[in-house]
Amino acid sequence: MDFGLSEQQQLLRDSIERFVQDEYAFDARRKIVASEEGLSRDHWRTFAELGLLALPFAEDEGGIGGDGVDTMVVMEAFGKGLVVEPFLPTVILCGSLLKLAATAEQRAGLLPGIIDGETLLAFAHGERRARHDLGHVEAKAARSGDGFVLDAAKSVVLGAPSATQFIVSARTAAGISLFLVPADAAGLSVRPYLTIDGQRAGEVTLAGVTVGAEALLGPDGGALPLIERAVDIATAAVCAEAVGCMQATFERTRDYLNTREQFGTKIGNFQALQHALVDMFVELEQSRSMAIVAAVHAGSDDDAARRRAISAAKVQIGKSGRIIGQTAVQLHGGMGMTDEMQVGHYFKRLTAIEQSFGDSDHHLARFQGG
Amino acid sequence: MDLSYSAEDLAFRDEVRTFIRDSLPTHIRDKVAAQQHLSKDDYVTWQKLLHGRGWMAPHWPKEWGGCDWSPVQRHIFDEELNFGNTPRIMPFGTKMLAPVLLKFGTEAQKQRFLPRILSSEDWWCQGYSEPGAGSDLAGLKTRAERRGDHYVVTGQKTWTTLAQYADWMFVLVRTDPGAKKQEGISFILMDMRSKGVSVRPIRTIDGSAEINDVFLDEVEVPVENLVGEENKGWTCAKYLLGHERSGIAGIAHSKKMLEKLRRVAAEETIGGRPLIEHGPFRDKIARIEVELMALEYTNLRALANETRGAMPGPEPSILKVRGTEIQQAITELFVEAAGPYALPFLPEALEGGANVEPVGPDGAAAFAPTYLNWRKTSIYGGSNEIQKNIVSKILLRA
Ligand SMILES: Cc1cc2nc3c(=O)[nH]c(=O)nc-3n(C[C@H](O)[C@H](O)[C@H](O)COP(=O)(O)OP(=O)(O)OC[C@H]3O[C@@H](n4cnc5c(N)ncnc54)[C@H](O)[C@@H]3O)c2cc1C
Repeated sequence: MDFGLSEQQQLLRDSIERFVQDEYAFDARRKIVASEEGLSRDHWRTFAELGLLALPFAEDEGGIGGDGVDTMVVMEAFGKGLVVEPFLPTVILCGSLLKLAATAEQRAGLLPGIIDGETLLAFAHGERRARHDLGHVEAKAARSGDGFVLDAAKSVVLGAPSATQFIVSARTAAGISLFLVPADAAGLSVRPYLTIDGQRAGEVTLAGVTVGAEALLGPDGGALPLIERAVDIATAAVCAEAVGCMQATFERTRDYLNTREQFGTKIGNFQALQHALVDMFVELEQSRSMAIVAAVHAGSDDDAARRRAISAAKVQIGKSGRIIGQTAVQLHGGMGMTDEMQVGHYFKRLTAIEQSFGDSDHHLARFQGG
Repeated sequence: MDLSYSAEDLAFRDEVRTFIRDSLPTHIRDKVAAQQHLSKDDYVTWQKLLHGRGWMAPHWPKEWGGCDWSPVQRHIFDEELNFGNTPRIMPFGTKMLAPVLLKFGTEAQKQRFLPRILSSEDWWCQGYSEPGAGSDLAGLKTRAERRGDHYVVTGQKTWTTLAQYADWMFVLVRTDPGAKKQEGISFILMDMRSKGVSVRPIRTIDGSAEINDVFLDEVEVPVENLVGEENKGWTCAKYLLGHERSGIAGIAHSKKMLEKLRRVAAEETIGGRPLIEHGPFRDKIARIEVELMALEYTNLRALANETRGAMPGPEPSILKVRGTEIQQAITELFVEAAGPYALPFLPEALEGGANVEPVGPDGAAAFAPTYLNWRKTSIYGGSNEIQKNIVSKILLRA
């Protein structure tokens, strides 16, 4: 066994950590979150220059050929900075769907735009009644000539407001299928909003959107296994991001205990708080272990082993994130409740991650083969 | 032993229920039910209605407008207020300041301030905490210097809840900087419109702004607004904290929220069936319910002891710790019930009269903000760590 990062992975980590440190300080992030678009185009260009937008794609298609561990390295660093740019929906989630389902022709049409930062994607999949069930798709794709007409109401679609291109799931006569739909297609509309953790998402409605046969992504009626695999990859990615959040939360809380004084002494001298800090640390270590397990299994073709690993990681990280987030706020006292302190923002991201890509109950059942 | 309500108790419950149903304005009730933000006017309107019925401060002595109710009646009243979706009665005047005035105030102070609390003419806020003095409240630095018949007060208070609405603030100040920590403190009453008072909102993680910094720059406070003796304010301060903690368990509120949670979970579906029938989720609700039932009877036992005249022991702290844990656990289940639909941040939906189309279940826009906001309950009113310190001292001494 080897838990070490390769030299290249260390370089990757260092370059993103440097970026986060120099460009993504808390105030800078706050401005991005408050901006009209909720993302920085400059930073997106930087991601393109660093090769991050090419990370998962094959080298012969202009990509870097990165694996699950590379994704983990990036996402953990993003977690520390609470990066809000739509890297996850564009590169990880939709990028994986393209890798798994797209024809060479479709990839040739889309990957260059993604890699150079022109194309932003969102996966319009979840629906009002779907909750955490990936197979719950009511959206319809009716044959019309050699193309399709799409009718769909998609809910809480991450990255929807900035997407130039959507991957939409809908049912054809054959079953759940995926379609590439440009954001400016007639009949497609987005109700954009902020999410509690400073990201952007939206309700996406498709009312009689017509697409050609070339819009079908992957097998007609056979998309569900591909969706499940792409979502597993994204789940492993948010587990790594959560570890970055937890690490930063832990460090800030430790530093606060070493600074804040009450009763004439550092509050870190109170044993109740020392034990709480240790509990946070244990959760962090447990989560890091599981994020690694998830990263290594993320791309696996062995469905049973992959499901078990990813779901176990999500359960662990859901629990640990809650404990770490809540304890951090508690140990900061009133300061922990303020929008001014970064710990509260990590807490919110951890809360959002717990409810994304299946909550703990969902993954506990899936871990047991359910 | 008898754990049931008497016929009189039941009649009393009907009386309260009918009053609420007939007098609470619908638009206020709807806002409370939807967990939306209330305006100052919403609170005051309701409090004036209660005052009209003589129910603004049931726990006060009868001669000052209290009700002489039994513990069971107080419990019933609290439940009906919560289940009737009434705005909570602001505790700063009725539950914090009033007991201090009744015990330590002069006759003139009681005459001047108590009736105006009852009638909601004065909105009070609590000026205890400072940036450097939270858990260690006695470490406060705000200075009050006696000049003729005034104190001149300079310093900073923080976390002051709803100071933006307040007409008055009761303030802990340091009148003798030379004395030992607890011994140089005084309890004074400050008109918020005095020159030198400025209030700055503090935004919290849920996006709301209910707390404030209050800056005091040479604020003049007449000496007649000193409560109790100069430099003996710590006694008042501690007396008040005992009262603050007892109401903080929020048992009736938790019961109501559990009922609402069950409604949300009945409408949400998982695999095509109601979430409320989903074993793991149902068990989580039931576990909290059991814990809450236990706390309800622990509270009733404590109230019964109190009326028998027994000194309050660790009960207020126990009720505060477990009560806030339960409240927080319920807010977590609301987020879990809404799942991904709890993630949109729709602050407009939290304002009354707003017409924002919901994402996910009705009212879901309030679930995550409430979860985040409710983290405060284990921090304020003496943090849960401090409560446990208090209890362990009592237990180990026994
Ligand atoms: C939403 C909100 C509303 C509030 N409203 C008001 C108000 O209206 N008026 C007012 O005066 N104050 C108010 N407060 C202030 C509140 O009372 C303080 O936040 C609280 O006393 C904690 O103080 P602190 O924030 O300075 O935290 P600190 O005292 O710095 O505590 C930090 C951490 O250290 C722990 N700690 C401290 N000492 C010990 C110890 N001896 N042993 C173990 N652990 C310890 C605490 O439990 C906490 O976890 C409010 C606070 C909040 C969050």
